[in-house]
Amino acid sequence: MTTTSVNPTPSTSPAGSAQPLLEIKDLEITFTTSSGPVKGVRSANLEVFPGETVAIVGESGSGKSTTAMAIAHLLAKNGSITGGQILFEGRDITHVSEKEIRVLRGDQVGLVPQDPMSNLNPMWKVGSQIRETLAANGVATGAEARKRTVQLLEEAGLSDAERRAEQYPHEFSGGMKQRALIAMGLAARPKLLVADEPTSALDVTVQQQILDHLDHLTGELGVAVLLITHDLGLAAERAQHLVVMYKGQVVESGPALELLQDPQHPYTKRLISAAPSLSSRRLVSAAQRAEVREQAQEQAQGHETALEAAADRTVEASHDPDAVIEVQNLTKSFPIRGKVPWRSTPFLAVDDVSFSLRRGTTTAIVGESGSGKSTVAQMVLKLLEPTSGRVLFEGQDVAGLGRRQLKALRRRVQPIFQNPYGTLDPMYSIYRTIEEPMRLHGIGDARSREAKVRDLLDKVALPAAMMRRYPNELSGGQRQRVAIARALSLDPEVVICDEAVSALDVLVQAQVLELLNDLQAELGLSYLFITHDLAVVRQIADSTLVMEKGKVVEQGTTDEVFHSPQQDYTRRLLAAIPGGSIPLAGSETIDVEAPVGLTDETGGEGDGGPDDIVDPFAQAGRV
Amino acid sequence: MLWYIGRRLLQMIPVFLGSTLIVYLIAFYTSGDPILTLAGDKPISPAVADRLREQYNLDKPVLVQWLIYLGNVLTFDLGVGFNNRPIWDQIAAAFPTTFRLAVIAVIVETIFGVIAGVISGLRKGKLIDTTLLMLSLLLIATPTFVLGFLAQFVFGLQLGIAPINVGRDPSWQNLLLPGFVLGGVSFAYVLRLTRTSIAETAGADHVRTATAKGLSRGGVVSKHILRNSLIPVVTFIGADLGALMGGAIVTERVFNVPGIGTLLFSSINSGESPMIVSLVTLLVIIFLLSNLVVDLLYGVLDPRIRYAK
Amino acid sequence: MRSDAQNARRPRAEHWVAPLAETPLQEVDAADTSTAPRSLWAEAGHSLIRNPVFVISALLILFVLFVAAFPQVFTGQDPRFGELGRANQAPGAEHPFGTSRQGYDIMARTFWGARTSVIIGFFAMIGSTLIGGTIGALAGYLGGWFDEVVSRITDIFFAVPLILGAIVVATRLGEMNLWTVILVLSVFGWTNIARIMRGAVISTKGQDYVTSSIALGASSPSVLLKHVIPNAIAPVIVTATVNLGVFIVAEATLSFLGVGLPTSAVSWGGDISDARDALRTQPSMLFYPSVALAVTVLSFIMLGDAVRDALDPKARKR
Repeated sequence: MTTTSVNPTPSTSPAGSAQPLLEIKDLEITFTTSSGPVKGVRSANLEVFPGETVAIVGESGSGKSTTAMAIAHLLAKNGSITGGQILFEGRDITHVSEKEIRVLRGDQVGLVPQDPMSNLNPMWKVGSQIRETLAANGVATGAEARKRTVQLLEEAGLSDAERRAEQYPHEFSGGMKQRALIAMGLAARPKLLVADEPTSALDVTVQQQILDHLDHLTGELGVAVLLITHDLGLAAERAQHLVVMYKGQVVESGPALELLQDPQHPYTKRLISAAPSLSSRRLVSAAQRAEVREQAQEQAQGHETALEAAADRTVEASHDPDAVIEVQNLTKSFPIRGKVPWRSTPFLAVDDVSFSLRRGTTTAIVGESGSGKSTVAQMVLKLLEPTSGRVLFEGQDVAGLGRRQLKALRRRVQPIFQNPYGTLDPMYSIYRTIEEPMRLHGIGDARSREAKVRDLLDKVALPAAMMRRYPNELSGGQRQRVAIARALSLDPEVVICDEAVSALDVLVQAQVLELLNDLQAELGLSYLFITHDLAVVRQIADSTLVMEKGKVVEQGTTDEVFHSPQQDYTRRLLAAIPGGSIPLAGSETIDVEAPVGLTDETGGEGDGGPDDIVDPFAQAGRV
Repeated sequence: MLWYIGRRLLQMIPVFLGSTLIVYLIAFYTSGDPILTLAGDKPISPAVADRLREQYNLDKPVLVQWLIYLGNVLTFDLGVGFNNRPIWDQIAAAFPTTFRLAVIAVIVETIFGVIAGVISGLRKGKLIDTTLLMLSLLLIATPTFVLGFLAQFVFGLQLGIAPINVGRDPSWQNLLLPGFVLGGVSFAYVLRLTRTSIAETAGADHVRTATAKGLSRGGVVSKHILRNSLIPVVTFIGADLGALMGGAIVTERVFNVPGIGTLLFSSINSGESPMIVSLVTLLVIIFLLSNLVVDLLYGVLDPRIRYAK
Repeated sequence: MRSDAQNARRPRAEHWVAPLAETPLQEVDAADTSTAPRSLWAEAGHSLIRNPVFVISALLILFVLFVAAFPQVFTGQDPRFGELGRANQAPGAEHPFGTSRQGYDIMARTFWGARTSVIIGFFAMIGSTLIGGTIGALAGYLGGWFDEVVSRITDIFFAVPLILGAIVVATRLGEMNLWTVILVLSVFGWTNIARIMRGAVISTKGQDYVTSSIALGASSPSVLLKHVIPNAIAPVIVTATVNLGVFIVAEATLSFLGVGLPTSAVSWGGDISDARDALRTQPSMLFYPSVALAVTVLSFIMLGDAVRDALDPKARKR
């Protein structure tokens, strides 16, 4: 990699000069763990010039966050820089003392951390935490600081900033907290802002608003941004220069568009082909889906005729013969405790939702947090009782089933949940986990069950030797595959995927989605796919439901919803897909005009609705 | 926050009633005729027995007795002891001494415990941490009376700087050594609690953010680590004050302190049930009250509860 | 995008690729079948053995257990035989630890006392863990009003401190024996186990694998026994181990106060109480039983600490 000649004077370079603001050369970072030293970053090289935005893209374990944190010496206690150099404005800051690096922190190099929930001190008011930054960097104190704080919060897009500055973090919503963190990061006007996945914990529409705002701010102030993200689409949208990292090394870097349209390194190519928002498989997948769907339906018909003989069911008159699951006017309301114990207000989590899942197909329910999509899934799984409305399984109402009938029904509908690290019992070996359902329902004997477990592991592309292992030895993607195997052990007809791939890395996610697709064709499964990720929906779903605040906002085939969205909300969601509008060779873009008059985000746990309603989620975990 | 306070108060009521009931039941109903046990080995005539029965309300149904008793407790009418002095007077005389002892213990455990815990927590894994940890283990493992004897031996006999027998003069000065001993085990618990709390908080995300802002190490520790991690410690210490009053019995016996513990001990020896029950009930009530105060304190200190919308 | 103005700042917007030899691609999410399978317990056991605190405490406990089982190995004297004629002797050839005020051989009392303490500590721990564990698990699992009621009951028992409750019972019963002491300790000492179990059950029952089990059609009790409790039990084990030590101290304290075992029983606490006034004259009477007591309790508490470090998920790396 060619280097520019380094100008050793640490003074601020005028805009447009040839000297990089930040240079990282052959950086090596090692962590000491209980099993010996581990290299988190092997050899990283990158440059950031004044005023530009550079994005580091990579999956978990790529070393992207580690590299960024190392700049201001913010590594964890067991990590240290063991090789290479970090140059800030030409000055080598790799091994400077704590005192010297502290001078840089805040007013030269700012940080916007990842998780808004845990990065603000819950004991101090938000305003005082920003004032702290101002005082620590010698910007302002006292009354001047208070004024500045309100200005900074307004700058970051927080409405009603003066009142908000006197509030505590728990009174802010997630997006508002992130804006406060941005204000804090920019408070002392640093030259470089390190933004570590600043919006990955937020809903996609909020994400877009905040990133737009951040772009605007940093553009105005001339701040260079080092953006860390796992989302290639987002990186391409927000940065001019991309750096792709894989297993602790930089594998490719260059101008964003060029990288996306002409990737050289095989890893970059893999990333691009797997990234849902940029996938050039979009057109192809639609056709492929049609083929898969036909196959699945044929399989499923065979299934149905076999079961019909054995069944003893009362079929509803309004039943659509093609639908394996039908949801009619489903409603769920939760009583929320008000300020006084006997006054409680109902909170409608799900409001009059109706749809049907046709045999052998995939229906996706899309929505942001609070839309009620997971609640719908729980009611379909009969883990939650609806307040009103019905769920029909093959025409039969699932309410009022006796215990044995319910148990028989459960065999036919199985869930896969979001968090791979909580979905398997840590005390059970993989074999026992997959075998348990069969044992519960008294299917087969020990030998036939073992054979089935082997077969299932094979289906999910895991080696049979994994049987004797325990979940703590498996990666997230592997655990999720075991969860799929478990779900299939009873030969269900319907699988409910509740954000089943949302917690996985991009490449792993692509793998699992492909697996689900193949299994659907092979076994004639019907999927109900719950997700917040519209881009994923496009790859896997035949029909789509969009939910907002408990109601179904739009419904139709996936193509219809994506190509001709009827509702404002849907259009807003589509427009917010990161990187959706970036043209790639041979693929189409999601070109949607965002509706005008976007409402600025209201929020805060106390702001939704009448004064005495308390957000149920704020109560969680409190004794 | 009102909701939180209200709930706590409501929860306290059944607990208060239940615990006093248990003490009362055990005291008067575990075995035999309470009157006979009251009398000890002395034979009494049926007439005297009847009079005593009436005096102690033993002719009424259990729950009624208990309620009467409760009423008496709340109005401080505890009857007379075997020596014919009013029980309440005896308790009132002994109470301040034990209270002083408990206060000294609390001061000791707070100051030393928190400081040691902070040092230990910030330097986790280093030599000073391991040493303090071992010290805390030793203190927890050694029974208070052994600690007491050890203290008497070293400071009283060998060094001669403190009286080993407090006896008639329970001044603050004389109570220092017993206070330290009483606070010994609590000191160990406070140390460990502070240490864990600090170590956990030190690794928290918001601490890293504070460091990233450019705060000095001292600033980060005092404003972001201490403030957050000391809340559980404060609440523990608050509750401990109530617990110490009861735990003083051993220390008072070792150092011959004329407090509630000694009173309790002598009543045990003489089998004087009314006194025992009164004392234990009183101590339980104090314990409950200190817990309640601590819970409320927690609600005030944690803004998530204070400003819950 | 501000690409045009931005790219002007960068002198050479060059496209760089790392050589494939240096950055080889690996299979996505490959399964590692090279090492032997290891469950969480096996991992915990592994790290436990490497912990010096565990090794020391385990050795001490084994020693104490040996003494409790075979005190005859260490002393030939009868601990219950006390003759006033030989009272108050300093350590010497015939009585290596000296004799007590009643003329007991202190060495014999010290070694035989281990049995009493270990039995009481162990059974009180079992009793309190069974009571507290069951109550806590049911309260945590069933929730709702059942939990409210049970939690209040737990608070009630918690409000009566161990020693005080024991005092009241002891006074009523007059004479205590081994089993009444164990009973009293169990009845007043289960509350911390109940709280810990309840907390652990509540956090476990929210896990997805529990929900999956329910969705499979498992009955509620079977989920509790097969999934929730095995995962909730780790902190309970730690507390129970420490409790064992605490109960031994408690028994000694009760004996010291005169409401524990009678003086005819061989108890360290009783011996220490006896020797109270001998502090000036014959400190050895106090010394030996005190050391024995402290060492025994210390070993259990150290063990509890070591076990906690091995099982605590926060201390473990994923």
